[in-house]
Amino acid sequence: MVEPEGIKVIDHSADVVVIGGGPAGLAAAISAKESGAEHVVLLDRNSWLGGILPQCIHDGFGVEETGTSMTGPEYAEKYIEMAEKQDIDIMKETMVLQFDKRREITAVNKNGLHKIKASAIVLAMGCREKTRWNVMIPGDRPSGIYTAGVAQAFINLYNIMPGKNVIILGSGDVGLIMARRLKFEGANVLGVVEILPYASGLPRNVVQCLEDYDIPLFLNHTVTCINGKERVEQVIIAQVDKKMNVISGTEKKIECDTFLLSLGLIPENELANNVGIEIDSITGGPTVNQYFETTLSGVFACGNCLQVYDTVDVLATDAKNAGKSAAKNLTIQKKDKKIITKVAPGRGVRYVVPQIISEPGKVHLTLRAEKPRESSVLHVIADDKELLKKRLLWANPANMIGVDIDIPLEVMTTTQNLEVMLGDC
Amino acid sequence: MKNFQVAIIGGGVIGSAIARELSKYKLNIAVFEMGSDVASGTSKANSGVVHSGINSPHSSLKARFCVEGNKMFQSLADELGFPLQWVGKYIIAKNEGEINELEHLKKTGMDNSVSGLEMKGGSEVKKKEPNVSCVKALWVPTAGITLPYEFTIALAENAAENNVRFFLETKVTGLKKQQNHFLIKTNNGDFQAEVVVNAAGLNCREVVSMVEEPDFQVYLCRGEYLVLDKNYSSLINSMIYPVPVKELGVLGVHITPTIEGNILLGPSAEFIDDPYDKRTTKETMNNLIQEAKEIIPSLPDKAVINAYSGIRCKLALPESGGWADYRIEESKNMPGFINLLGVESPGLTAAPAIAKEIIKMISRLIELKEKNSFKSRIHGRKRFSELSTEEQLNLIKEDERWGRIVCRCEHVTEAEVIEALSNPIGAKTISSVKYRCRAGMGRCQGGFCTQHIVRIMGEYFNMDVTDIKLKSPNSNLFYGRTRGDQSD
Ligand SMILES: Cc1cc2nc3c(=O)[nH]c(=O)nc-3n(C[C@H](O)[C@H](O)[C@H](O)COP(=O)(O)OP(=O)(O)OC[C@H]3O[C@@H](n4cnc5c(N)ncnc54)[C@H](O)[C@@H]3O)c2cc1C
Ligand SMILES: Cc1cc2nc3c(=O)[nH]c(=O)nc-3n(C[C@H](O)[C@H](O)[C@H](O)COP(=O)(O)OP(=O)(O)OC[C@H]3O[C@@H](n4cnc5c(N)ncnc54)[C@H](O)[C@@H]3O)c2cc1C
Repeated sequence: MVEPEGIKVIDHSADVVVIGGGPAGLAAAISAKESGAEHVVLLDRNSWLGGILPQCIHDGFGVEETGTSMTGPEYAEKYIEMAEKQDIDIMKETMVLQFDKRREITAVNKNGLHKIKASAIVLAMGCREKTRWNVMIPGDRPSGIYTAGVAQAFINLYNIMPGKNVIILGSGDVGLIMARRLKFEGANVLGVVEILPYASGLPRNVVQCLEDYDIPLFLNHTVTCINGKERVEQVIIAQVDKKMNVISGTEKKIECDTFLLSLGLIPENELANNVGIEIDSITGGPTVNQYFETTLSGVFACGNCLQVYDTVDVLATDAKNAGKSAAKNLTIQKKDKKIITKVAPGRGVRYVVPQIISEPGKVHLTLRAEKPRESSVLHVIADDKELLKKRLLWANPANMIGVDIDIPLEVMTTTQNLEVMLGDC
Repeated sequence: MKNFQVAIIGGGVIGSAIARELSKYKLNIAVFEMGSDVASGTSKANSGVVHSGINSPHSSLKARFCVEGNKMFQSLADELGFPLQWVGKYIIAKNEGEINELEHLKKTGMDNSVSGLEMKGGSEVKKKEPNVSCVKALWVPTAGITLPYEFTIALAENAAENNVRFFLETKVTGLKKQQNHFLIKTNNGDFQAEVVVNAAGLNCREVVSMVEEPDFQVYLCRGEYLVLDKNYSSLINSMIYPVPVKELGVLGVHITPTIEGNILLGPSAEFIDDPYDKRTTKETMNNLIQEAKEIIPSLPDKAVINAYSGIRCKLALPESGGWADYRIEESKNMPGFINLLGVESPGLTAAPAIAKEIIKMISRLIELKEKNSFKSRIHGRKRFSELSTEEQLNLIKEDERWGRIVCRCEHVTEAEVIEALSNPIGAKTISSVKYRCRAGMGRCQGGFCTQHIVRIMGEYFNMDVTDIKLKSPNSNLFYGRTRGDQSD
């Protein structure tokens, strides 16, 4: 069959294909290459690399990793340079539409449709922001309602001002940083509203972004209604009780033209979901083993699409390991995976990653506490046996906890479940 | 001053259907719409159901136009390229007591010549709808679903392609009979027309009162909806309705699949005073989920991606049962002034039949001559995500913008956004893009694509950022440039 030139699906094959060119994807691709994968392809739908970082022009990136504080774009640049030096096949403005169980990826860009056969895939799609409907905020549907990241993109990437008198809901880091950014641009930030009794972002950001600028923080408060037929005109805030129910009579109207939502992030996993990869309902990311391999063999996950990280440093470290595993997957004969042990969050713990241990040996666990607590003890328990006991000076849901643990073979053969708990001293 | 033969007030589904039908004749026609696009009122905020005609009493206008309209839908969809699916409907009896009501509906339907009605046992329903429990159900195979805004837009755009003039963001503020024409006052200047059609929906009484004392009241009844994520589309296959809520003259909270694979829960029913009060409320949102759970117990709590409300235009109070027929009539004191009053549900379904009726009325006032230049078909919109690989490849080769995805949730390309913005009625808001190509309608609700649409509006349409609006004249998105920007 003779097909006219140019209107065919373009076929490729690669050892490792990384989906997403944010810091996680870049780190994974570089590390896959360094670990011996010959042909590494990196795909991103944006016209730039670095994912969300180019819009994060504040500093605070890379402190743990390099000891110096960089801005988002600076940090990204470091990785982009490395990737370019490494002879990685980078395809920008290329959207992955799907992949199947045999790891054949379908992607589209201005040159056409692409089918890429991958020996291993690394998922690094990042995440999206929660909208007002994730928390069901009723009221009108005017303009002037933005998620914090979208407002950040407009200001920092496009030099466009989305608002003048602003209320922010959610005291996560993105919300806090946006409060300060808007203030710099001459906007009037009327307050940050947080339903919890404490700020959910890093303590340093509360000081540097709110306190230093006299921006009020309304703890134990929420927004109950948005008013405004065309543009936002006011929001109603109200106090909540210990069970987070609105205390009636405490409602207060705040006149504003803009309402920013910083309600947290949802890992972007439509691709994984569609192919039947198991998703952890708490992290929102794929269930993985200690090699970051998902429940579909040869497919790995890292970065914010695996779990929402606090800092890019830890994220990049994990992503490098994921990239390395993907490269190794090519050469190392897979061990018999029949014996696996599940890791589950117990008392005081919201989630643990990895959720599966598929081989004995040294494993790095990351987890989050359910609520802030002073000095406490972390336990890892196999049935009745305590494998690890570690004292922590404090535990805060905003800070991910990392711990190394050695899992002996006999534990794996006798136990199907490990439990990770946080208790008092 | 501009002169027209026919002026239509309101670019909802009714005004648009009339405009398109009239555009088949040699006439000079204008549509005045105060919103920034057509379908900015009730016509975009409803259930999107093509009703069969079993709910209105025999010999009512509602029954007649609904049944006639229903029969016209398939050929309209083929001609205009808007989506339509005959998914059918189960009206379910949750207990023995409700079975009587099903029998009653069946009888009304048969009186109205609705075909295919069948009673089904609970277990039979379970086979088709495993998530639904009921003792009995009435199966209505001639009920379908469409996208109400796409339908309205297709009618309006086809009318515009046949030379109907659309004046958007143009509110009719005064109306006066002068000799043999009407003087129409708007915020965009004065116009004249021989015939005026009042299709102003919720504002129908306000428009009548510009020329004469209305002999009726309008009662507004808001209906709220929740939209569920596509991930749950497999919960139902057909529409699932409870038996109607008699006291309010409404159909009750139902569960409706949409063409795009989402599920709608709603509508509620609440009488209100302000026709612009389209808010959603916490209580109702919670109630909708509760009521829907009575039909589908396994309905997930956290599946909502959007909520909206639409307002019913009723001519009867709840005290009197909430039911009144449409009034479609020429003013007795003011020949040439045609009114469409109380066009509530099933108005979407009835629109094509009502439009034919209005043509008859106008033909008694103006001599109508058919055009031979009428273009009956606008090409159906091409959706990248629905095309075959070969079609996708050909389009990308022709224009690389077909290869640039700008809406990650719905896989909408840059080419589709540009096409949406090039529409023949001149609507250029974020919503007008969304309702034409679905960019921004997915689970991230515009988080990713808004910036691309804004860029495209600047790049290809030379729009200044301060002129970019969400959906209406004063719904600006931005307040200009940042301090750091030197570019203007
Ligand atoms: C406002 C804000 C402030 C922050 N501040 C700090 C800070 O001070 N310090 C710090 O250490 N960290 C900070 N972070 C966190 C850090 O930026 C993130 O952890 C990091 O960017 C996540 O990296 P990622 O690669 O997982 O995801 P992303 O950066 O989101 O990258 C994902 C990439 O995948 C691409 N993609 C997704 N789906 C597809 C597909 N189907 N096809 C092709 N491409 C696809 C996307 O286009 C994107 O480029 C901040 C984050 C935000 C949002
Ligand atoms: C909750 C709900 C659910 C429904 N479900 C269904 C269903 O499933 N199936 C069905 O068949 N029907 C349904 N309906 C009914 C259907 O939606 C309506 O009958 C139909 O949309 C009415 O169309 P319209 O053109 O009369 O009104 P509208 O769509 O409101 O159009 C009127 C237009 O006139 C404009 N306007 C008003 N005043 C002026 C002025 N002075 N100058 C210029 N422009 C003006 C408005 O901006 C508006 O765009 C439902 C209705 C509701 C409320």
